[in-house]
Amino acid sequence: MFDDPNQYLPFIFAALMGVSILIYVVLDGFDLGVGILMPFANDEEKDIMVSSIGPFWDANETWLVLAIGLLLVAFPVAHGEILTALYLPATLMLIGLILRGVAFEFRVKAPKHYKDLWNWAFFAGSLITALCQGAMLGIYIMGLNFTTWTLAFAALCAGCITVGYSMIGGTWLAMKTIGDLQMKAIDWSRRGLIGAIMGIGLVSLATPLVSPRIFDKWFALPQLFYLSIIPILTVAVVVLLWFAIHRLEREPRIKPGQPFYLSMLLFCFAYIGLAYSFYPYIVPEKMTIYESASAPESLWIILVGTIFVLPTILAYTALAYYVFRGKAKQLTYY
Amino acid sequence: MYLLRKGEIMDPFILSRIQFGANISFHILFPTITIALGWMLLFFKLRFNATGDDRWMENYRFWVKVFALTFAMGVVSGITMSFQFGTNWPGFMETVGNVAGPLLAYEVLTAFFLEAVFLGIMLFGFNKVPNWVHTLATFLVAFGTTMSAFWILVLNSWMHTPAGFEIRDGIVHATDWLAIIFNPSMPYRLAHMLLASGLTAAFLIGGISAFRYLRGDKASGVRLGIKFSMIVAATLIPVQIFMGDMHGLNTLEHQPAKVAAMEGNWETKSNVPLILFAVPDEENRENNFEVSIPNLASIILTHKADGVVLGLNDFVEEDGTVMHPPVNPVFWSFRVMVGMGMAMLALSWLATAIIWRRGVDGLPKLVLFGMVGMTFSGWVATLAGWYVTEIGRQPWLVTGVLDTKAAVGDVPAAMVFSTLVLYLITYAVLTVTYILVIFYLAKKAKGGAPLDDRARTPEALAGIVGKSDAPVPAE
Ligand code: HDD
Ligand code: HEM
Ligand code: HEM
Repeated sequence: MFDDPNQYLPFIFAALMGVSILIYVVLDGFDLGVGILMPFANDEEKDIMVSSIGPFWDANETWLVLAIGLLLVAFPVAHGEILTALYLPATLMLIGLILRGVAFEFRVKAPKHYKDLWNWAFFAGSLITALCQGAMLGIYIMGLNFTTWTLAFAALCAGCITVGYSMIGGTWLAMKTIGDLQMKAIDWSRRGLIGAIMGIGLVSLATPLVSPRIFDKWFALPQLFYLSIIPILTVAVVVLLWFAIHRLEREPRIKPGQPFYLSMLLFCFAYIGLAYSFYPYIVPEKMTIYESASAPESLWIILVGTIFVLPTILAYTALAYYVFRGKAKQLTYY
Repeated sequence: MYLLRKGEIMDPFILSRIQFGANISFHILFPTITIALGWMLLFFKLRFNATGDDRWMENYRFWVKVFALTFAMGVVSGITMSFQFGTNWPGFMETVGNVAGPLLAYEVLTAFFLEAVFLGIMLFGFNKVPNWVHTLATFLVAFGTTMSAFWILVLNSWMHTPAGFEIRDGIVHATDWLAIIFNPSMPYRLAHMLLASGLTAAFLIGGISAFRYLRGDKASGVRLGIKFSMIVAATLIPVQIFMGDMHGLNTLEHQPAKVAAMEGNWETKSNVPLILFAVPDEENRENNFEVSIPNLASIILTHKADGVVLGLNDFVEEDGTVMHPPVNPVFWSFRVMVGMGMAMLALSWLATAIIWRRGVDGLPKLVLFGMVGMTFSGWVATLAGWYVTEIGRQPWLVTGVLDTKAAVGDVPAAMVFSTLVLYLITYAVLTVTYILVIFYLAKKAKGGAPLDDRARTPEALAGIVGKSDAPVPAE
């Protein structure tokens, strides 16, 4: 496998793309989650919630641009096929992202009496984005087919992703805030977790049932033995997370980041499970990554750049999170 | 319009084009401002660091708000753009993906992350990082936006003047990356676009500052804003007109049909007149109501009064297939752009001359009103210029390699239509809101809340005194 660029390059790019989607889901997940939780907070709390994600959201969304960019450049045929099939939810998601992104600015810059309106737009944009991403995932799992059943499954996924995002958003707020808002955030995290457990459970059950290929990938011997590590670890993280949330409620000043980090881990495991189900398909059941990759010479050019630039990006992303560490304050430009 | 007239409104091909055009037109509005405004903010800050003069800080403080707002608009509309190639033009990436892919990837890797990450520090890190880190972050954001423009214009220029590739089995393969990046039209297009950005930002600053001044806010920072913007505009506009001319000559060499459409020149001939006004009639292939200056187009394009210039009729094939762009939109857009350029020249030189002689307070009301009227003139010229460029490329998507029809996706027309309507509503609302909010910020800044002492001194900037937690809402 490692001496034929037509084999290893698609694999590397699929991996890179997978990683950027994962980073996107985790990072934008928490800031979308914060948006979804907005209606449950009072006006002052809303300001703090937005401040906690203000310096990060733009960079978080850039991971989506990278993921889509990699899909586009490395697997152009699949990119066309997937996005034409997901045309409607993708467009709605983009409108959601637009609403939300501009609301960040307009809610504080437009005249005061419009603030409620933009707060609402911020919430609506976040919610639409999360729902559409979930629906897209669902339709994708179903092999990009549209029947009553696949749409029902898509609706299920839309709900799960939304709940999942609000869970990770809740744990982010539990880390970044103090006082009443922190207590509320802890409560949101707990409810979110309950929803997420049901969601992951339902999707994990449904996926192998609807797709015989995925069923075979998981439930054949001997894979079953070493694959079972993924669900076992997932359950372990869920349990730890549950206790971490309760612990934080009792000692809100100690290690406030614990639930957030555990939620990130939970997202990672759920994601790895999905990724395993799909490999080597990029358009489920239709096209593998090897069939749809670009010409090796172009992939090489990108790979060389990526190898140098990606670590730099990660380093200055870390720098930004370091600069804005600690509890969220009102943001000021100067 | 020329698309609608053909009565093919429910054709997904036409709809996809309108949608793409609408999306990118909306997107380009905001980068055009941020590319140059970023450098101007850096300049304000460096001047303040060097002189301690509050007037620079006042300008920084006002324009950083506008920058934040504009940047957010640029980002969200840009994210839409990155989906557009897949949703509307799958054939584009399938054919030229080997060239377009790496260029887009480099844009994301070297530009988008840089600006997005350091934007946070630039906007909100003033009190959290040492002054030099903040200055560096400001620089990196400005640099990042310029890099974005560089990469995307490389790709766009390559689509106009492709080089450094070969076609195997109908698919474009890259052979020489340097030739691809430095393709023949890239230097001209990049320079012209960056200058356009400088002018757009300068007229924005000028217009808003003049608006504040007219409303009675004669703070010294506002006067400085007027002076700064007019000097920048007066310096850039001659360069821009010169670059525009060079760009046109380059286009004449590589895309003669586009220039013929710009000039409204049907027949290949010598002593071509420069047409100031005309109504091109595409059915009968002639101009009506022509007003022109003899020989001037030949002189501009070939530097000889009797120089021969290719006309549109040379781009009609034997079987009648038209291989030149639609004439009216190109012809008119070109005149709008050049007209704007001339208006910018007149206003900025007049204003600069008066400021030179009599200072900002010597500016007559009429000139100030003119500046307010021209606040968004950069947008008009830039959009017009892009319509010349892009519509002028038709019927090709990549000149000589891929025609536009071959690239469209097979999304049902109704779907494209409904999403188009959705986009258009969103864009109209947001553009109007954006403009209103900028004027609202200008009104609110009236009298300018005096700088509090924390932010006055360079030490404060260095974060020594600025650690107060007093909540100041970010606006
Ligand atoms: C502030 C904006 C602005 C102003 C005042 C001008 N332009 Fe321009 N022009 C642009 C902004 C612009 C642009 C939007 O940036 C374009 C679109 C593509 C490009 O590279 O630049 C453009 C394109 C463009 C093209 C098309 C080239 C091609 O597509 O091949 C030509 C020939 C000119 N310009 C020429 C001029 C001339 C002779 C001007 C003299 C007044 C002028 N422009 C003023
Ligand atoms: C930013 C300013 C730009 C504006 C205002 C603009 C505008 C337009 C318009 C109006 C069209 C439709 C032309 C027609 O249907 O006759 C078009 C087409 C297109 N442009 Fe641009 N464009 C811009 C920049 C770019 C850039 C930077 C790229 C690529 C990197 C690009 C790629 C395309 C493509 C792929 C099409 C579709 C094919 C077509 O309909 O011609 N454009 N653009
Ligand atoms: C001449 C045309 C273009 C220019 C000059 C340009 C320039 C820029 C600039 C400077 C930004 C930074 C955001 C801002 O300052 O507001 C930006 C953002 C963006 N642009 Fe464009 N762009 C152009 C066309 C395109 C096209 C055709 C695409 C699609 C492939 C695109 C995709 C994006 C994306 C995804 C972002 C968001 C980046 C982020 O998250 O920070 N742009 N563009």
